Amino acid sequence: MRSIVLAHEVDWGAWRAAARMLTLADVAPEDVVWSVRNASDLFAEPEEEAAAPTGSFTVPRALVSLAETVIQANDPERFALLYRLIWRAHRGEKHILEMTTDPEVQRTQRLAQAVRRDTHKMRAFVRFREVVEPEGTRYVSWFEPDHYIVEANAPFFTRRFATMTWSILTPYRSAHWDGEELRFNVGASPADVPDDDRLEAYWRAYYSSIFNPARLKIGAMRAEMPQKYWRNLPEAAAIPELIRTASGRVDSMVEQPVFSSPRPARVVASTPVEGGTALQQAARDAAECRRCPLWEPATQVVFGEGPPDARIMLVGEQPGDQEDLAGRPFVGPAGQLLDRAMAEAGLDRQTVYLTNSVKHFKFVPRGKRRIHEKPGTGEINACRFWLDLERAELKPALTVMLGVTAARAVLGRAVTISRERSQPMPLPDAAGGNTTGFITVHPSYLLRLPDEEAKTREYAAFVEDLRRVVALAA
Amino acid sequence: MDLLKKLEILADAAKYDASCASSGTATRSSLGETTGVGSTEGMGICHAYAPDGRCISLLKILLTNSCIYDCLYCINRRSSNVQRARFTVDEVVTLTLGFYRRNCIEGLFLSSGIIRSPDYTMEQVVRVAKTLREEHGFRGYIHLKTIPDASPELLLEAGLYADRLSINVEMPTEDGLARLAPEKDMPSIRRSMGRMRLRIDEAKAEKKSPRFAPAGQSTQMIIGADDSSDRKILALSTNLYGNYGLRRVYFSAFSPIPDASAILPPRKAPLLREHRLYQADWLMRFYEFRADELALDGAGNMDLSMDPKLAWALQHREQFPMDVNTATREQLLRVPGMGVKSVDKLLQARRHRRLRMDDLARLRMPMAKVAPFVVAQDHQPGGLLDSARLAQRLVPKAAQLDMFA
Repeated sequence: MRSIVLAHEVDWGAWRAAARMLTLADVAPEDVVWSVRNASDLFAEPEEEAAAPTGSFTVPRALVSLAETVIQANDPERFALLYRLIWRAHRGEKHILEMTTDPEVQRTQRLAQAVRRDTHKMRAFVRFREVVEPEGTRYVSWFEPDHYIVEANAPFFTRRFATMTWSILTPYRSAHWDGEELRFNVGASPADVPDDDRLEAYWRAYYSSIFNPARLKIGAMRAEMPQKYWRNLPEAAAIPELIRTASGRVDSMVEQPVFSSPRPARVVASTPVEGGTALQQAARDAAECRRCPLWEPATQVVFGEGPPDARIMLVGEQPGDQEDLAGRPFVGPAGQLLDRAMAEAGLDRQTVYLTNSVKHFKFVPRGKRRIHEKPGTGEINACRFWLDLERAELKPALTVMLGVTAARAVLGRAVTISRERSQPMPLPDAAGGNTTGFITVHPSYLLRLPDEEAKTREYAAFVEDLRRVVALAA
Repeated sequence: MDLLKKLEILADAAKYDASCASSGTATRSSLGETTGVGSTEGMGICHAYAPDGRCISLLKILLTNSCIYDCLYCINRRSSNVQRARFTVDEVVTLTLGFYRRNCIEGLFLSSGIIRSPDYTMEQVVRVAKTLREEHGFRGYIHLKTIPDASPELLLEAGLYADRLSINVEMPTEDGLARLAPEKDMPSIRRSMGRMRLRIDEAKAEKKSPRFAPAGQSTQMIIGADDSSDRKILALSTNLYGNYGLRRVYFSAFSPIPDASAILPPRKAPLLREHRLYQADWLMRFYEFRADELALDGAGNMDLSMDPKLAWALQHREQFPMDVNTATREQLLRVPGMGVKSVDKLLQARRHRRLRMDDLARLRMPMAKVAPFVVAQDHQPGGLLDSARLAQRLVPKAAQLDMFA
């Protein structure tokens, strides 16, 4: 029988060294007795360590980190339990932690869970009281954890309250931070903490006021804030009274509602914007459009934009995800490609009017993404009202249709791009005047091409088309 | 008015907002700093729970409860006789830092009634956050409620100081909003959410760009103040998650308010319905359910007497039983009583052995609920699955439902 005596309850270094030594020496778990030196000898010199057998072995990293957590558990069996897992892993059960229904694994996981919960609750329920002294202000707290978590948990408070001087006192251990160094010493008692703080009345008032008596759920509160914590929480003193008066407060609201007499309504600022060009007015009207069902899931109408005297009008298909969010046409990936191609072709974006055949984004939701969906004939026809209005107002000399949807919207018929692209066509405007139409691909077509070679070729052809557009508009 | 009284009024006025999350933001620490205070580490912390079972993580207050809007469901509406108060910027800063140093809170959730104009109000709200960050080196969590009608520039400034931004859609339908909140409009709320999403995505994509609301955006809608169906509510929440990448859509059962408007039904908050909506929302976000799969009645509402997964399973018995030793993760997530965590543990365990019913019990699954829907090494559900009385066996007694009513 081997006896291992650890210096204190969370003597991780000694436990780890012993577990390694025992494994290498092939000592079975049932032949080891683990204990912790009496608390009164806490700061006594450690005993001489026996020479460790040489050699090494590996256990899963997850098991080591689990052991580091579980050693904090308030359970005298934990040292032996953890050694058993190490032993089993070493003996061939490499995936021991995956055996989630194994009783020893489960027991260990439950201890780990209890430690993690206690750790979290300490971060939540420690309450500092302010102590103002000539040397400066200190913050002191009394807390009663269930497990041996103070040492491992103190760095959290250091990260958060690094610029303060504070102490957290608990029955078995106290942590002190002076702004530079974290120290631990023996436990303390509640009497070591002042019994009030200048802001506690405010905190209680906040706690009482944020409570909604119409939603009383005492069980839910107790599940997350068990009563054992209450005595150290200043706000908990208000709980009984809040519960006692809750139903009365609600009844008085439900049964005898006091209806205030309506005051004269005050009209709020948002004066409707009016005036501007006819196109600006159309854009405002379009914002309310419900000619087809696309308005409902979308963010907004994305109307055309560009100078009112533009000679060239570029018509795309519909706004995409980015355009829908930003409220402007051609700002997403296809728009950026269009910008690049226009720049190469010598076409200044500032001089052209950019718009879409359909002015709401049509999509199908897929998880957190919105997948573009081609607009149907019904939607194109419904939205033609706005496109016609834009064309009638702008009277562009040249209308460039980007892709099949734009061609259908402008020409009112199905078009095969490859057959009709790259050449000017007569396009009567609303008043029967002669203007020119021009068909090319939509930039998103270039983005969808699978191979690089085709991409380069088609991009060059697109830029070439835009050069023709520049020449035609000159 | 003294500060204590103001705090009481302006916390009371803020309690109808359900959100109190402080999780999922960038990591910050005060270690090595000589001034300032605070840290954030991803996981939110609930520093207290009120007897309504809600977590108290942030100092949730209004800057003022005066308001020029007249939203009928709101205790702070213009026509309400509630007592009014207004914090100064410094008062909010002092309370936030004071509570934070005592470890009472993770940070601040600041909202406000609209005074003078949306821009003026938003400017005040932003100033509090800016003062905390720049003058006091506050590294804790800040959630700002933004005002859709405020200028885009102010919205962008808010995102520089806040961890989270939110705008409440308030009502599940545009018509409901128009009727109950005449000064608000859905298109402007959506435009603001769209703008925020673009900035949040941009800041995330480019490491060098200044931080912008690293904990994202959220929203809230009130349940039961109008007659919207569950279908409408869930359709809107699905749409908002997808369109604007929201971290959370909160549902808030309309609770009676003092001095209520006569147009609203004075009745107790529909807490059970709120609970079922959250369950349905969870199924869609973490269990791969689609909105159109949920079991709804003719009016588009869920059955309140059972959870929505059980309701779905009872309508789709032909897809059961699932064999726990062979079913996919996606299939197992459809079994009533099995949660994401227990399914993942089950999947690990079955790599090493054929699972029996006592293995499921050890994984702490609710056996009475699970058993009719699964096959295990030592278990067949038999006729139980097809029994007409299955629903009766599994649905909790009416008495138990009272805790929510």
